[in-house]
Amino acid sequence: MLTLVPSPLALRFGEGSGERFYYFDKQLHMTASSPTLFFAKPQLQALLNELRGRGYCVVGPTIEQEAIVYSELQSVEELPRGWTDEQAPGQYRLKRRDDDAWFGFVVGPHSWKKYLFPPKATLLSAEKTETGWAFIPRAADSTRYALLGVRACELAAIRIQDQVFLNGPYQDPIYRERREQLFIVAVNCTQAASTCFCTSMNTGPRCERGFDLALTEIDEGFLCEIGSDLGRDVVAACSAAPATPAQLQAAETARQQAVDQMTRHMDISDLPGLLLGNLDHPRWKEVGERCLSCTNCTMVCPTCFCSSVTEVRDLNMETVERERVWDSCFNPDFSNLGGSPVRNDTASRYRQWLTHKLDSWHDQFGTSGCVGCGRCITWCPVGIDLTEEVAAIRETPTP
Amino acid sequence: MSRKPRLAVFKFASCDGCQLSLLDAEDELLEICERIDIAHFAEASSDLQAGPYDIALVEGSITTDEDAARILRVRAESRFLITIGACATSGGVQALRNWGHIDEWVRSVYPSPEFIHTLATSTPIAAHVHVDFELHGCPINHHQLVDVLVAVAEGRQPRVPSHSVCLDCKRRGTVCHVVSRGIPCLGPVTQSGCGALCPAYDRGCYGCYGPSHPANTTSLLRQFQKLGRAPDELVPLLRNFNATTPEFRRASEQLVVLQTNGEGKSL
Amino acid sequence: MTSAPPTPPALQPLHANPWLTRTVRIADVIDEAPGVATYRLTLDGDTDPAAYSFIPGQFNMLYLPGVGESAISMSGDPTRSDGWTHTVRVAGNVTKTLAGLKRGDTLGLRGPFGAGWPVEELAGVNLIIVAGGLGMAPIRSLIYHVVHHRNRYGHVWLICGARTPEALLYRREYDLWRQHDIDVHETVDRATADWTGQIGVVTTLIDRLRLPHPKQTQLVACGPEVMMKYAAASGVRLGIAVERTWLSLERNMQCATGLCGHCQLGPEFICKDGPVLRYDHIRPYLFVEQL
Repeated sequence: MLTLVPSPLALRFGEGSGERFYYFDKQLHMTASSPTLFFAKPQLQALLNELRGRGYCVVGPTIEQEAIVYSELQSVEELPRGWTDEQAPGQYRLKRRDDDAWFGFVVGPHSWKKYLFPPKATLLSAEKTETGWAFIPRAADSTRYALLGVRACELAAIRIQDQVFLNGPYQDPIYRERREQLFIVAVNCTQAASTCFCTSMNTGPRCERGFDLALTEIDEGFLCEIGSDLGRDVVAACSAAPATPAQLQAAETARQQAVDQMTRHMDISDLPGLLLGNLDHPRWKEVGERCLSCTNCTMVCPTCFCSSVTEVRDLNMETVERERVWDSCFNPDFSNLGGSPVRNDTASRYRQWLTHKLDSWHDQFGTSGCVGCGRCITWCPVGIDLTEEVAAIRETPTP
Repeated sequence: MSRKPRLAVFKFASCDGCQLSLLDAEDELLEICERIDIAHFAEASSDLQAGPYDIALVEGSITTDEDAARILRVRAESRFLITIGACATSGGVQALRNWGHIDEWVRSVYPSPEFIHTLATSTPIAAHVHVDFELHGCPINHHQLVDVLVAVAEGRQPRVPSHSVCLDCKRRGTVCHVVSRGIPCLGPVTQSGCGALCPAYDRGCYGCYGPSHPANTTSLLRQFQKLGRAPDELVPLLRNFNATTPEFRRASEQLVVLQTNGEGKSL
Repeated sequence: MTSAPPTPPALQPLHANPWLTRTVRIADVIDEAPGVATYRLTLDGDTDPAAYSFIPGQFNMLYLPGVGESAISMSGDPTRSDGWTHTVRVAGNVTKTLAGLKRGDTLGLRGPFGAGWPVEELAGVNLIIVAGGLGMAPIRSLIYHVVHHRNRYGHVWLICGARTPEALLYRREYDLWRQHDIDVHETVDRATADWTGQIGVVTTLIDRLRLPHPKQTQLVACGPEVMMKYAAASGVRLGIAVERTWLSLERNMQCATGLCGHCQLGPEFICKDGPVLRYDHIRPYLFVEQL
């Protein structure tokens, strides 16, 4: 009998211990600890070659469309060497650095979710046969991605999406396939943008777990921490040596810069609770007048997971495909019920997004939905800043 | 099986581009003909059969007395009337006349203005008769047109997405031009339909598919002004193919008031 | 460092791939009311009799290729082993297309999904069952369950309301239910000439009930949201605890598994945590406009 018992996975996490069980910790399983290594910068190409040789599609930061985006990399020459990004609410500009740093920037308009939770994906197809409709499950996806340059906040975002797509009673098969085969090379931030607030969300800037390898860039090269047995195997392709105390100190100093540069802050001491407790706050109406309901914040968010399914059919309906596409709670049609939206004005949609992200997400997935990456602040065309909205609601709570 | 629904295509003040979309459907056109009887389509055939029709596709806006009378006849002989394109749904680019003086323009354009009989305004079809479904765009998307025709032929309510162009930009990985380059782009207040074409080619959105719902033009234009864009640059952006839609019209008129009343004021 | 982690046990197919869609065939169609019909749907071939099991209050996603999917509650007997029963009203494109199908035609089905009526927690006490309009569909599955386990429930009132007498569903079965000691009350908004019963909203009937032991009574309701809010409030006035009041909610359900985001109400995914939810859990959100 098909009953709705929680999956064994769902039963396992968090039971009895303070630490949550993450499905994909097994991917990053390690039998012995390893010292931090050091390798010279050109060795990164050897790492990339090794990953490509093992059949991975290596994706990482590169410059396209006047921004640092994530795309397939053949060579380390495609990295945005010597470039940085300046970010502010509603504003992003590329700038030349006065040095030749390989990873001297933070996060851009893309997030890694496009590789794990693709913007368009076929779920199944239907074919008309003599005896009626037949349903054919989608073909398994064999692409194996290696992500190069994943920041701490982005590791946290992947953990959150693991929680959404894998640790509940139902799993998303597309996410699972892609996630199971994923290789992650993290990179520690050595600077912060004005929109960053990972320190408030306890997600960074230090990459602590959830990677196969984690790099820290210093002038003379990269320090490399090993996070999995697979990572150790892969890095063996680089000519690396245990890091010297001086190199370790230089890396620590570089990482501390990111902490020191962090200017934005969000108080989360009363989250969850603050927003669900202020559903009638006048601020929602006020922000609803500024908000365009354009969906940009949800699209750039590395944890937002809303989607819709559309029917793709030929005219005679011999075959039909069900295609899942990214959707957004800012799209008025999203909450349609009986022909009209439940959330009919922008204020109610902004309230849904922020309340879900920072408050009810805790009830649903045991964690905040926000990692403090600041993308929604930078990429809002009118520069709405969620940290300001939260502060405003806290300032004058509804009685 | 009941008879095939009869389709008619009617042209009013327009460039013909939208009805051409039906011919552009090429591969699908033969299959459409198997399900729908194309009874009246002057661009495709001189065999123009009389009404009544099950489905009418109406292109173009109303700019003359004759057309104002003709649309009533089209409505009377059509069961399900669909307007296609910006002209039919909003008045089109020719609705820019609504802000000017028609007599002066006619005199300045035509050597013998006495032969020109035109209304002072260009108005959408829905301002004259009941419209069952509006398909937006300049021009319309032929995939959407085929979907709508199939839905109506199958007795379903046609649906097209109504979200903003931004959602399509993000799905295809296009970086936001407003944020990364300060370019005024109407994408955040424009309905999807083109698949976010212009932004993918480094241009801001021109608003071809008309205002999205909601279209918060006030907030977006305030931001463009903050980015240093003056009203004389922004008004033409709004006064395009969908200039007289209520949302774009209100926004452009607000800007004109600012332009006339004082420098540097913001919405 | 850690030793090799345990391999997670295999998930049931639907839990590992919630998009798994099966072909079902329309075995019977019964016209219930104008625009409302009941369909029995069967899987092809030899079927395990347990294949059609479900918990009363759960739903299936019915899929009409090229048109879309719709969440439809089971309205049949949960012990039946010859198909799923769904009562459907023509409302949107999916239900309209379904209404055009005939016996022998096929469609797709995913399910069962969702949290149904808490049949174990409801046992042992008196029970007020409130149904409005098409809300009667998932209620009928619960009534079948109560009838099969009649000695486990105390006094059972069934209060059903509809716009018109002809919109009251399953009236042919009321006598059978009464034979099983279910106290059936009916009311309509607009009477016809031959209607001799009650006129008015269901809450007036609830308000009139004389409960011997309000604290030992539970209330369940399914119907239009506004009706359920008033029914729950009436129950509270009679002394029924909010923890013993259960409502079956409706939102835009697309994936049915809490993965697409559409159907949220506060912290609840209506598809996965509901559709049946305990009143005290949802009360803070139910009365907030546009939530």
